[in-house]
Amino acid sequence: MIQINDLHASVSGKEILRGVSLELNAGEVHAIMGPNGSGKSTLAQVLAGHPGYEITSGSVTYQGKDLLDMEPEERAQAGVFLAFQYPVEIPGVSNAYFLRSAYNEIRKARKEPEADPIEFLDIVSERLKLVDLDESMLTRSVNAGFSGGEKKRNEILQLAVLDPVLAILDETDSGLDIDALRTVADGVNKLRSTGNAFLVVTHYQRLLNYIVPDRVHVLVDGRIARSGGKELALELEERGYDWVTAEQGAGA
Amino acid sequence: MSTAFAEQFGTARPEGPAWLTAIRERAMANFQASGFPTTRNEDWHFTNPAPIAESTFHAMRAPTGALTGDQLTPWLFGEPTWPRLVFVNGRYVSSLSRTDGLDGIKVMSLAVAFREEPSLLEKHLTRQAETDDPAQVFAALNTALMQDGAVIQVPKGVTAASPIQLLFLSDSVAEGGASHPRVLIVAERESQATIIEQYASVGGTRYFTNAVAEAWVGEGATLSLFRLQQEARDAFHVGTTVVHQERNSHFLSFSFATGADLSRINVYSELRGPGCGATLNGLYMLGGTQHCDHQTRIEHVEPDCYSRELYKGVLDGASHGVFNGKVYVHPAAQKTDGKQTNNTLLLSERARIDTKPQLEIFADDVKCTHGATVGRIDEMALFYMKSRGIPNAEARKLLTYAFAAEVLETIPVDALRQGLERLALERFTGSADI
Repeated sequence: MIQINDLHASVSGKEILRGVSLELNAGEVHAIMGPNGSGKSTLAQVLAGHPGYEITSGSVTYQGKDLLDMEPEERAQAGVFLAFQYPVEIPGVSNAYFLRSAYNEIRKARKEPEADPIEFLDIVSERLKLVDLDESMLTRSVNAGFSGGEKKRNEILQLAVLDPVLAILDETDSGLDIDALRTVADGVNKLRSTGNAFLVVTHYQRLLNYIVPDRVHVLVDGRIARSGGKELALELEERGYDWVTAEQGAGA
Repeated sequence: MSTAFAEQFGTARPEGPAWLTAIRERAMANFQASGFPTTRNEDWHFTNPAPIAESTFHAMRAPTGALTGDQLTPWLFGEPTWPRLVFVNGRYVSSLSRTDGLDGIKVMSLAVAFREEPSLLEKHLTRQAETDDPAQVFAALNTALMQDGAVIQVPKGVTAASPIQLLFLSDSVAEGGASHPRVLIVAERESQATIIEQYASVGGTRYFTNAVAEAWVGEGATLSLFRLQQEARDAFHVGTTVVHQERNSHFLSFSFATGADLSRINVYSELRGPGCGATLNGLYMLGGTQHCDHQTRIEHVEPDCYSRELYKGVLDGASHGVFNGKVYVHPAAQKTDGKQTNNTLLLSERARIDTKPQLEIFADDVKCTHGATVGRIDEMALFYMKSRGIPNAEARKLLTYAFAAEVLETIPVDALRQGLERLALERFTGSADI
């Protein structure tokens, strides 16, 4: 589904990603772990097309296409979704209008019929239950005045409504209590299918107790220092990141 | 040129009662003595009225008479049953108006009021609008030349059942003409009314509207005055609203401005009794080479009053917006609670805003804040929307609408708010449902 090959990216002249290579297939869940500042969120944002990063070399092929050549909206219309670490507040635009606009743009791109407000309400009502959000949130402005947990659940609601092919979760677990974490994870698990893939970026292992990954990659200093199965996450939880960093240092 | 107006005053002097004659003469003398203001006048520093001063406007021609009720539809908000006075080229047109269901509220044209309500006019007409100040010569010109307009009196304790609409239209023969509509509103003690004062055009091009509205708001009364400036894109518009507030009265003003090539809108309120509240909000949306200047002045004369002000601007193309908001707190006005905000969104590199919030406080126990922001589209919000599949142009329009919506949301009249939201949405997105 997606092949990332020797990706380098920098911000204001400072190189953050220093050669990331990764391949993800349909039906898989991969986790990206790593210490603060290792480039995890940068990788997530670069894949979604954040304008603040400069790609200096490398390639990303998504469903046979050059992902880096696509505008953020084209990526979304092609099925790429980023659940933001810090969802943006947009006062004055209702969740209902925002979600339906996004949904219909993606339907249009897929050459499927658009939903009118009534049809859309049916679709969204179903998904609201999945993340335990109340219908009243639809009339509120996008993320405006939402608690941290509501914002994260709203991201997963959007994910559920937009039904992406490749979903990237950027520290969706940060700032969530255990109940909210479970709700979010349950939502994600229900959305998993053989046709989609998830890239889960997290600092802590606890989310991976609920969303069980097929592969775990440890990002250190802009490179993948180690990859393994789900047990690698447990090992990191026990031993911290220092030993991976030390190993990489020794190997360099 | 100012001489054209003076000649008109000399040769075709407008009618009116005897007491008004001296007032008109004095106003015309003031106008002739000062001439049109230049940018050297502090109140006109960012707006040069030269395009008006250098044009020669004749008295507005009588309307073609061909205007039908259907042509009003785009300008009417809310229910078709709302009372309305319609003016074309400055003259009252009774066949397009609707004055039933008023429940004792007097609503009539100024020309009729000169005959039927002489004592009401003598008591209130020209009592609020300042005509001696060289910065206020447009109001002086209106006083000298006013012929028609609207007079509304809401009796003591009466609550108007629905908003009253005053629609001033200019038609296809308005080219080169100037009209001086005058509005007088008297809201007696403990009355409540909502008035929509609207300036628009059906086929008009380059004409000049010079309007003045005076309002007297009695003790415990509430007046909401929504002012919509939707003139033809080549037109000139100067409007002055002056409000006198008695004890415990409330005044809500909203200025919505999207039209005209050059416009200047003054909204002044004097809080003349304790316990008053004044809310002055506005939204201006400009493009091309449009210029729109708002000057507001709130006089806190007495203690225990509040004022709230939120003006927002969306400027595209090479348009130029001006906001000059003055709040004066007089020495006796202790416990004044004032807040003033002006936020502008610039959509283009060439658009320009001059914003000047001013606070002058002469009392020591007050709570007053003011602030202004000028910004562009939030890039993170734009990325967020695009990352959900919404195309760049659509996302920008939606964010622009959202910026404007914050101030439209303050309009308590549902039908009017929805109507203006629709106008803003159409302007920015081409869609009309949110």
